Amino acid sequence: MANAIDRKIVDDLIKNEIGFITTVPCKQLAGVIEVLDQSNQVMHVPSNKEDEGMGLCAGAYMGGKRPCIIMQNTALGVVVNTLATLIQFYQIPLPMLISYRGEVGEKVACQVEMAVHTKALLNQLAIPTYHFSHADQVGELDGILKHTQMAKKPTAILTDARFWGSAQ
Amino acid sequence: MIRYDILKTLLPIISDTLVVCNIGLPSQELHKLDDQPSNFYMLGTMGLCSSIGLGLALSQPQKVVAIDGDGSVLTNLATLSTIANNVADNFVLLIIDNGSYGSTGDQPTYAGRKTSLTAVAEACGCENVVECSAEETAGAVKAALASDQMTVIVSKCESGNVAVDVIEMNPVVIGDRFMNEVRRQNSGG
Ligand SMILES: [Mg+2]
Repeated sequence: MANAIDRKIVDDLIKNEIGFITTVPCKQLAGVIEVLDQSNQVMHVPSNKEDEGMGLCAGAYMGGKRPCIIMQNTALGVVVNTLATLIQFYQIPLPMLISYRGEVGEKVACQVEMAVHTKALLNQLAIPTYHFSHADQVGELDGILKHTQMAKKPTAILTDARFWGSAQ
Repeated sequence: MIRYDILKTLLPIISDTLVVCNIGLPSQELHKLDDQPSNFYMLGTMGLCSSIGLGLALSQPQKVVAIDGDGSVLTNLATLSTIANNVADNFVLLIIDNGSYGSTGDQPTYAGRKTSLTAVAEACGCENVVECSAEETAGAVKAALASDQMTVIVSKCESGNVAVDVIEMNPVVIGDRFMNEVRRQNSGG
């Protein structure tokens, strides 16, 4: 069930004229995806894999819509080439709202294996990265979305279990 | 007929149409034959031509042709399910299926062996799937554009390439020029 923070996130996306969103689901993102599907102000096209999703986003951007991808941090293992050769090479603004699995509060040990590489990969790719670990930090999202458009870069918003847990 | 010959027959039909063209030799051949602001050339990122084309078609009303390859579609095979389930009637996916990875030395792909991309597209739920010969391809693309129905065309052709130069345009220039053309077409200009 979606709650207030899920609605706040989707409201900020819409306020920032994000018109095209692709998702690969994560349990922590289920509420956001639920709210998205109730909105008729944003086109939601689920993708099978995150590199495919970034291709959709690149096309949507060239078609005049501001894109966003919603995914899990494990997907960074999939999208390095696409980030470098498509999103960064062609200077496409792309906020990545990322469920940061494997951080404090995680119950599945395997998720930690990619969590320990997450910031290193983002750092290596020189992607502006923001880590939300408390619900109060959602107030920064609006500014990050504006910054993403200004910079014409991919940006990463990492949202961990404490962030989602403190929003209950 | 090889891909280059097919591209030549397509020019009268797609020259003014928004085209997203596959990485490597397909983009280089199209660039050599008919460089247009309405062409988006992929300089990297194997596999995503059909995804970029679908995203573009879903986001604005002008017609879009994605010129993809069999190797590329095999790389991103699930794209056919995304296409089937998000119908954009202004979208034509043309898969030039020469049964080989043309840009890397014509190594065989599975599409040239047992795998039918036509059958995969149909199984994914694509409603208008046309398999045709190289010679029939221009007619099939023309008919698909006129039909106002999303169409996947699998053009079975011979493997082979011609000598072309790499594209030296800056990616941001390619993108900016293309987006200006998208805006121009959508403003009725
Ligand atoms: Mg091929």
